[in-house]
Amino acid sequence: MRDVAIIGIGCTNFGELWDKSFRDIFVEAGVMAIEDAGVQGEEIDAIYLGNMSAGRFIEQEHLASLAADYAGLASINIPSTRVEAACASGGLALRQAVLAVASGYHDIVIAGGAEKMTDVDTDATTDVLAAAADREWEGIMGATFPSIYAMIARLHMHKYGTTSEQLAAVAVKNHYNASMNSRAQYQSPVSIENVLNSSLIADPLHLLDCSPITDGAAAVIVAPAEIAKQYTDTPIHILASTQTSSTIALHDRKDITTLDSTVVAANKAFNTAKLTPGDIDIAEVHDCFTIAEILAIEDIGFFKKGEGGKATEDGLTAIGAEIPVNASGGLKACGHPVGATGIKQAVEIAEQLRGEAGRRQVEGAEIGLIHNVGGSGGTAVIHILST
Amino acid sequence: MAVSRFWRKLRHRYNLIGTHCTTCNTYYYPPRKMCPQCRRDGRIEECRFKGKGVIVTYTVIHAAPENKAVQTPYVLGIVQLDEGPRLTSQIVCKPDDARIGMRVQSVFRKLGEDSEHGMIYYGTKFIED
Ligand SMILES: [Zn+2]
Repeated sequence: MRDVAIIGIGCTNFGELWDKSFRDIFVEAGVMAIEDAGVQGEEIDAIYLGNMSAGRFIEQEHLASLAADYAGLASINIPSTRVEAACASGGLALRQAVLAVASGYHDIVIAGGAEKMTDVDTDATTDVLAAAADREWEGIMGATFPSIYAMIARLHMHKYGTTSEQLAAVAVKNHYNASMNSRAQYQSPVSIENVLNSSLIADPLHLLDCSPITDGAAAVIVAPAEIAKQYTDTPIHILASTQTSSTIALHDRKDITTLDSTVVAANKAFNTAKLTPGDIDIAEVHDCFTIAEILAIEDIGFFKKGEGGKATEDGLTAIGAEIPVNASGGLKACGHPVGATGIKQAVEIAEQLRGEAGRRQVEGAEIGLIHNVGGSGGTAVIHILST
Repeated sequence: MAVSRFWRKLRHRYNLIGTHCTTCNTYYYPPRKMCPQCRRDGRIEECRFKGKGVIVTYTVIHAAPENKAVQTPYVLGIVQLDEGPRLTSQIVCKPDDARIGMRVQSVFRKLGEDSEHGMIYYGTKFIED
């Protein structure tokens, strides 16, 4: 197996991009990454594209061909592959690219992620997102996607004393971080009161506990570490790439307040990289809801089970604190174009490790972790990156 | 939703029929044809659950796609049946009355109405026991 590095990154603005189509945004992100890496089109060996549900959002399947075609690479007939694991589709695309390069099968590979969610109305979007859960035994019974995380939140509060204010503290931190990110969907800070006074979606989750509906795309270029310096002075090395599965339905989990897929993916990643949670300088974790960030920082091992809410309230996950989490604003405030999220997380960590994150820069960050979840934890993907 | 997709599991939804692995004595609802513990060594038979259990966790849903059969707010919970398996179901009660640990029993109710196919579908919900 060969060591792999990221040599180029690109990401569109996140938001309601009414005037841009699906193909516009992934070409925009892909071209940024290609120019950042300084690679020529002819050097690119393959494309992996993460996307959850273009079939229902824009009534378009066969995205792999579309991506190659509009990126101008169908003319050299390179293999292009779409991968899907609901909200973890982007993380999977990155991992497929890493595996392809590590194995020696390909050298220069684009890992992209894109989702165009605002071409359908909110009811339709809610229904598409519910497809990340078990349609036959959760969705038909009346479950919406927020309601599943709400049931986790309720039990977490019951078992560990986590409060609505602690959940809101996740949103407050992430909105503040996003105010320093020009790509973010929401760039204005919110208060604890704003979160608690926003309308209830699924009790105890309020509107501002939920990530928004977002259009966006991101791309990274990966290459063998041994040739990365030919393209960039600041290659970002991939120290670990792990992926796990768990039950698709929340009701079948051993512990409803633990994402066992995250626990196992994190353990494997730390073993592979020969690191511990204490070695991580910065993390982008999957905060599709505020409770999801609390679960993530516990299940990855930054804090003990049950202490994630208090840690957040005490400011331990802010920029400049013990373990800065979601400096980009996370899914919560930067936005969550589902298939793009896993790649955007990699772009953010690469920028941070290069020291190019501007006002939200975590000083001296050398090792970063990214954590991407599909559904309520049926899939988890973790990558550890370093300078 | 296609009509056949719902009707295929109709018996299981109407009568709370799941499965039981006689090799490891584990009960499954929703039904499984492959025991995750024994896999190919499992022996699966059908079984009908008594429909009594306890609320493990719940939420009150205030925002959901339009469904003529169910008005928001409504209570959704995870119920652990006395035989062991857990399932997701609506709890028919006032939102303020739901609580973790509440004893519940199954009832037969309208689940939804599909405007596209003109189909009304029924299944199991739970009420306080
Ligand atoms: Zn068995």
